[in-house]
Amino acid sequence: MKILLITEQREAKWNNVSFETLAAAQQMVQQTSGTVAAAVIGAGVSSLADELAGFQLDEVLLAEHDLLGKYTPDGFSIALGHIIDLAKPDLVLLPHTYQVRDFAPKLAASMGQGMIGDCIAYRYENGRLIFVRQMFQGRTAADIVFTGDPPWVVSFQAGAFRADLAAKHPSGRAPVKPIAVELTPEQIRTKPLELFREAKQSVDLTQAPILVSVGRGIKAPENIALAEKLAKLMGGEVSASRPICDEGWLPMDRQIGSSGQTVAPKLYLALGISGAIQHVVGMKASRTIAAINKDQKAPIFEVADYGVVGDLFEIVPALIEQLEKSQQ
Amino acid sequence: MKIGVCVKQVPAKDAPLAIVDGSAWIREADIGFETNEPDTYALEEALRLKEKHNGEVVAISMGPERVKQTIKEALAKGADRGIHIFDAEFFKLDPLSSARSLAAAIQPENFDLILTGLQSDDQGFGQTGVLLAEILGRPHATIIMAIEAIDGGLKLKRELEAGWFQWVELALPAVLTIQSGINKPRYATLKGIMAAKKKEIATIERKSLGVPDSPTQHIERIYIPQKNKKTEFITGQPKEIAAKLIEKLKHEARVL
Repeated sequence: MKILLITEQREAKWNNVSFETLAAAQQMVQQTSGTVAAAVIGAGVSSLADELAGFQLDEVLLAEHDLLGKYTPDGFSIALGHIIDLAKPDLVLLPHTYQVRDFAPKLAASMGQGMIGDCIAYRYENGRLIFVRQMFQGRTAADIVFTGDPPWVVSFQAGAFRADLAAKHPSGRAPVKPIAVELTPEQIRTKPLELFREAKQSVDLTQAPILVSVGRGIKAPENIALAEKLAKLMGGEVSASRPICDEGWLPMDRQIGSSGQTVAPKLYLALGISGAIQHVVGMKASRTIAAINKDQKAPIFEVADYGVVGDLFEIVPALIEQLEKSQQ
Repeated sequence: MKIGVCVKQVPAKDAPLAIVDGSAWIREADIGFETNEPDTYALEEALRLKEKHNGEVVAISMGPERVKQTIKEALAKGADRGIHIFDAEFFKLDPLSSARSLAAAIQPENFDLILTGLQSDDQGFGQTGVLLAEILGRPHATIIMAIEAIDGGLKLKRELEAGWFQWVELALPAVLTIQSGINKPRYATLKGIMAAKKKEIATIERKSLGVPDSPTQHIERIYIPQKNKKTEFITGQPKEIAAKLIEKLKHEARVL
């Protein structure tokens, strides 16, 4: 199988999920026998292509153009469509980032092809590739196969593969092949302006040893105090899943998940968090995960080391009482 | 501004999911359905744009008869009319076929703006908005956290990862996918519910749209995922649970 990996960078800095997908591509090509090429696209990114050439790849494709300096869905889809025309891969692999969500379905559709996005795994069985993705917010998994002819477009969720398993080139370096891309300003229908962050983050959750995290199960803003009290007793910080921050019950900088922060504390205590994929990707690397949830089938228990099926409004006060007693 | 907003109906968040053997869908009998939460933010944004700039909001939903309820809720909140694209087996469509069907049904409307939620809480492919834009030949922007009208188009705040944002501009007509949390969706008022009864819902048979059945992918099965991690469940009365959990965290996991 001929695989084309599309890497992601911004302002000449890697999005490291690219290397997870590189590890996936290397693993897949070993099973299916074939080749892997990796594409770098942007402006002024040749040093990234050189860095990539140190990995076990058959070829690095470098597509540079001034109009690719800032990401636009039109510019990237046109450039990548051109690269795919030339490279003729069977499988196009991408990391499932916000940027990939923005252009990859369009890229696939522009070739009349479908995309299976946000996959967490694949299986190679009897010569067939089966992709696994979550549905119903992580409550079920699905096995999906392509039915038409290649090229097939697939993206892998952050954390699905291990970047540190991406193999270096065994003997030397992969050749870097420049690809000429023709693009005109008229083809690009969106005008990208500056990147910015909102008000400075007041708390760095990535540094907290313990996080007590609340989800919808906390029910009302006045109940956050309960989690705050527990966090204080444990020597940790309070964090939350997206809906809590959307409601304004906690500020956005307390949000864990794909649109918030990615954390790996020594203890992550999830209170009333169902464990939707978007949340789990931000905390699954935590050393120990404990979860309290009234729904036994909540996907948070898929990643929890310790689980309590019950009412957090009964269990959290009991935890607080015991910790207070032991600290007296 | 003439705005089309795509609203999907999905199983209710707390609905128990029973998978139909050998199928890629769940048993629909006995469970409740609701409007896909991300789409409620798209609807709210459409209603606010109409309030500011005048025009019309049309709620579009595809699926079996039951999805009319989701359209009615949109009408009760203030959408002007609805389009129901009927397909009893909507769940079988792959993302490209459903986007092609939606595009074929709404093309004659010539919307200035089409809004969708970020993704659906059921199959969750998260592709519909981007695909609609490609099929209809319009520019798009996704994961939108603010919309401002500017001369000839829109200025949009896109959410990127890890706390980053970006402003982008584009001309109309266009397609946007709306990030959850952009606004506070309104509730329907009694007056709105009464007014909705007089509003029109046009029904289009999906099969009459002439979109070829050419799926690009097939869901072979859905299933309850196997656990990678062994979870130790702690049971008992709340006080016992608290004591056991603290004990485990202190002396077994050594994290307290």
